[in-house]
Amino acid sequence: MARVIVDVMLKPEILDPQGQAIVGACGRLGFGGITQVRQGKRFEVEVEGELDDAKLADVRRLAETMLANPVIEDFELRVE
Amino acid sequence: MTARVGVITFPGSLDDRDAMRAVRIAGAEPVPLWHDDADLKGVDAVVLPGGFSYGDYLRCGAIAQFAPVMTELVPAAASGRLPVLGICNGFQILCESHLLPGALTRNRSLHFINRDQALRIEAVDTAWTNRYTTGQEAVLVLKSGEGNYVADTETLDELERTGRVVARYVGTAPNGSQRDIAGITNAHGNVVGLMPHPEHAVAELTGPSVDGLGFFTSILAHLTEGSPVRAASTG
Amino acid sequence: MPDAAQPDTVSTARSTPQTSQPYAELGMADDEYARVREILGRRPTSAELAIYSVMWSEHCSYKSSKVHLRQFGEKAPRSDALLVGMGENAGVVDVGEGYAVTFKIESHNSPSYVEPHQGAATGVGGIVRDILTMGARPVAVMDALRFGPVDAPDTHRVLPGVVSGISFYGNCLGLPNIGGELGFDPGYSGNPLVNALCVGVMRHEDIKLAQAPGPGNKVVLFGATTGPDGIGGASVLASATFDDESQAKRPSVQVGDPFMEKLLIECSLELFRRDLVVGVQDLGAAGVSCSTTELAAAGTGGMRIELDRVPLRDPRLTPEEVLMSESQERMMAIVEPGKLDEFMEICARWNILATVIGEVTDVTDEEADRGGRLVMTWHGQTIVDLPPRTAADEGPVYERPYVRPIEQDDLQADTPDRLDRPKTDADLREQVLRVLAAPGVCDPTWVTQQYDRYVLGNTVLAAPHDGGMIRVTDESDRGIALATDGNGRYTRLDPYAGTQAAYAEAYRNVAATGARPIAVTNCLNFGSPEDPGVMWQFAESTRGLADACAQLGTPVTGGNVSFYNQTGNTAINPTPVIGVLGVISDVHDRLTTAFTPDTDGAKIFLLGETADELGGSVWAGVVHDHLGGLPPRVDLDAEAALGAVLAEAAEYGVAAAAHDLSDGGLAVALAESAMRGGIGCSVRVDDPFVSLFSESTARAIVAVRPDAEAAFAELCTRHSVPLTEIGTVGGTALQVTHPGGGFAIELPELRDAYESTLPAAFAEG
Repeated sequence: MARVIVDVMLKPEILDPQGQAIVGACGRLGFGGITQVRQGKRFEVEVEGELDDAKLADVRRLAETMLANPVIEDFELRVE
Repeated sequence: MTARVGVITFPGSLDDRDAMRAVRIAGAEPVPLWHDDADLKGVDAVVLPGGFSYGDYLRCGAIAQFAPVMTELVPAAASGRLPVLGICNGFQILCESHLLPGALTRNRSLHFINRDQALRIEAVDTAWTNRYTTGQEAVLVLKSGEGNYVADTETLDELERTGRVVARYVGTAPNGSQRDIAGITNAHGNVVGLMPHPEHAVAELTGPSVDGLGFFTSILAHLTEGSPVRAASTG
Repeated sequence: MPDAAQPDTVSTARSTPQTSQPYAELGMADDEYARVREILGRRPTSAELAIYSVMWSEHCSYKSSKVHLRQFGEKAPRSDALLVGMGENAGVVDVGEGYAVTFKIESHNSPSYVEPHQGAATGVGGIVRDILTMGARPVAVMDALRFGPVDAPDTHRVLPGVVSGISFYGNCLGLPNIGGELGFDPGYSGNPLVNALCVGVMRHEDIKLAQAPGPGNKVVLFGATTGPDGIGGASVLASATFDDESQAKRPSVQVGDPFMEKLLIECSLELFRRDLVVGVQDLGAAGVSCSTTELAAAGTGGMRIELDRVPLRDPRLTPEEVLMSESQERMMAIVEPGKLDEFMEICARWNILATVIGEVTDVTDEEADRGGRLVMTWHGQTIVDLPPRTAADEGPVYERPYVRPIEQDDLQADTPDRLDRPKTDADLREQVLRVLAAPGVCDPTWVTQQYDRYVLGNTVLAAPHDGGMIRVTDESDRGIALATDGNGRYTRLDPYAGTQAAYAEAYRNVAATGARPIAVTNCLNFGSPEDPGVMWQFAESTRGLADACAQLGTPVTGGNVSFYNQTGNTAINPTPVIGVLGVISDVHDRLTTAFTPDTDGAKIFLLGETADELGGSVWAGVVHDHLGGLPPRVDLDAEAALGAVLAEAAEYGVAAAAHDLSDGGLAVALAESAMRGGIGCSVRVDDPFVSLFSESTARAIVAVRPDAEAAFAELCTRHSVPLTEIGTVGGTALQVTHPGGGFAIELPELRDAYESTLPAAFAEG
């Protein structure tokens, strides 16, 4: 069994209020020097059998069509 | 024969009965549609109601776009043929399905917001707003956690230029929506997405106003009298 | 030592009577364990020990409270409205036109302190399943919340988490949140009170009961899979039995999935509608242990379960953990074999996992005498063989000692008479604003706007009105009103009178909507029952509530007790939260608290009598940080008369607005009515301080238009309710005049005081 990691992040130009709230909390909690936090999602996709190019392409299509919304999000694939 | 307006129920739909009630009050016949049936039962128009379609753990509306019922709906709506109103979660589904541009993200406050909200209706040449006058104010119910409308500048400019901003929040958008956008339409004017809930403003007893009824009388007028919308003018 | 593959079976238990068992770690007393051995005639298996330990826990068995709760039944007034009384998952009352309503309030205090978001969310989920289990469609929720002071750091962790949890779960379920309470007191730091209420509606013939009749009927578990949620306790068993360190660390936080619950609701209602179940039970605190023993106990007494058939989220779970798991969103149904296929089809349509895990069995007369026979196997080996009634119904009952604490005398002797009262109009004015801005009094919108109050389209009244009101269904004008109230300060000063005052306030809140109160639920939040002083508070409180319900003819239909709300030896102020349900035949008649513009010029009448009663008042607490003396006197007959006036005033349409007087007295009621309607009012009073801040009970203000004054006065006379004309609606300010002068506060200044407190405290910066 192979595992593919899909990281989904809001595009840099899209406001991330969750990340901003975390930055705000950092200051209050005394974590100095933290200027930005962006919050994203991580998907762990398990694939049957050996991971070949075709299967990886399938996962990429899954990421494009469902896991990420390309209007507001970017994604990256990694094989673990 | 009166107009038949379908209301789709996804497993996590919540305001489907309210949408059906509003359709009935407006004088049309509500037709329940089920997400898992690839059959629109020949309805004249469709409402995608509020709720959490499939739990919405991934993104609001993200999974609903792949529902069997959407296979007939999406091409019919995209062609300008089938009028579709997406309310709240329905708006999110329309964006995820690319029937409308942009996306709806988490409210700037990070909290769910339920309030009586004044809107300004700006586009009255759609299938769902022809009974309003331009600039008319309507108090509807806003209740959502992810109602913050975002799109790139080009898209926003295009929406403005072509008069496709259907409604704006009066005052500052409580959820942080860009350009205070509360609702938009497609190029044909048959597909409208709206974050606040008109179906909860159709009776004095239970709503903040009856200002929302116009969305449902508009579709009835459009279907029975053929009230002109941009679909006719732009083809 | 047995291992996971070799569970502790009944035959092992027979052959190893000397094996030491961790019953004390599971919260069982020596004599309780001894009684289990006596019942079984051997040592229990570890699975049986798991069952008895949870079923005989305070939470499930009410062993400390039972002797006091009995009076709710014994003293209960005769009521034609009561269809199902205490003892079921929730009581059911008749509301007319063939409709029945079931409602209940339940605490989720400790889980909400540990993990506020999930704790509060699963609290909502649990009470909703209780209502569903009765056969009703859940139609609304309410929440009574109490926290530490707004400026305490931990309140900033607990409150936003609790509110987001309720918001997340309730909104996703599509249940309108129609009101509740929000209170603050230092005693609730470390002991927040999260009491969730749910109400459901059904037709009379749809009432379902938790029972398992009919040998051969199948036992079906449906809903979510079972994982290691909330089984902190079971880890003792696991580590003791299996000697495995890795098993010892288990999460004790249950995680809620409202989408699953929504599916479970729709699926269950369809199963009920098609008459596919003969008995049903939700899986609450004690999970499979509770549902199997209770269903069996209420049926033939016989049941056979293959415990290894329970679908697991984590395959490493031991049988003891399966029995104790508190995984959410699960139900158990008893289904006739001929209807099983259709049952499974409906579940599949809703994407709900359903698994037959056993069946109802016949019992011999001898077995019946012993309390029935519940047998459970784990991969073919018998690990449980016990009489279910001994676990479900025949748990220990304690007559805990109770004694009135001597400090109670000092507390009551320290009356508010020694407190400085405002001497000038400027002082009065300033104190009105301070009281309005106090966290327990001020505008709760920061909290309530996170809840959906419109969904389902039947909400007629919601926060911030005195009570919530919903239309029973679209097809009827009939409605029900609900309010909850609790006052820990009053109850601390006098548990008997304080509880009656809380009941009276909830009763009055319902009456102020125009509805007639008919039934009561309660959530009794107290410290440790092992403290005789706390037990005295509990005894007095329950006696007060039972007496009040008897006097006003509103039976207690069910409720919940939450003990051990304390930090170290310091208990919370005793906080019985009382929920009152009322009925209104036409929701269009409802009264609201707002002085709307169309009430301009209406006269304002004060109903009831005002005495110098400030013990436990908001004024004493906010202005002087004082708690002492006695709470205001409760006059239940006066409450009933006031309620009758309000109900008839609504029915005949002679009241333009009505607001009950409670926390903060007349000052707060006038200011709220003015702010909500956007129009001011002017009143004239003799003794401004007592008039504005006294919290005398059985009072309300009513705005009456000129053409209705005579009819309204006649109504009050007929019910012998004292009536004083105190002023008129109009202007842009709250204006108070008295023989020595007067003062005015413009609406924007009132709003600024009233609306700023919570956003300033909790808005993210």
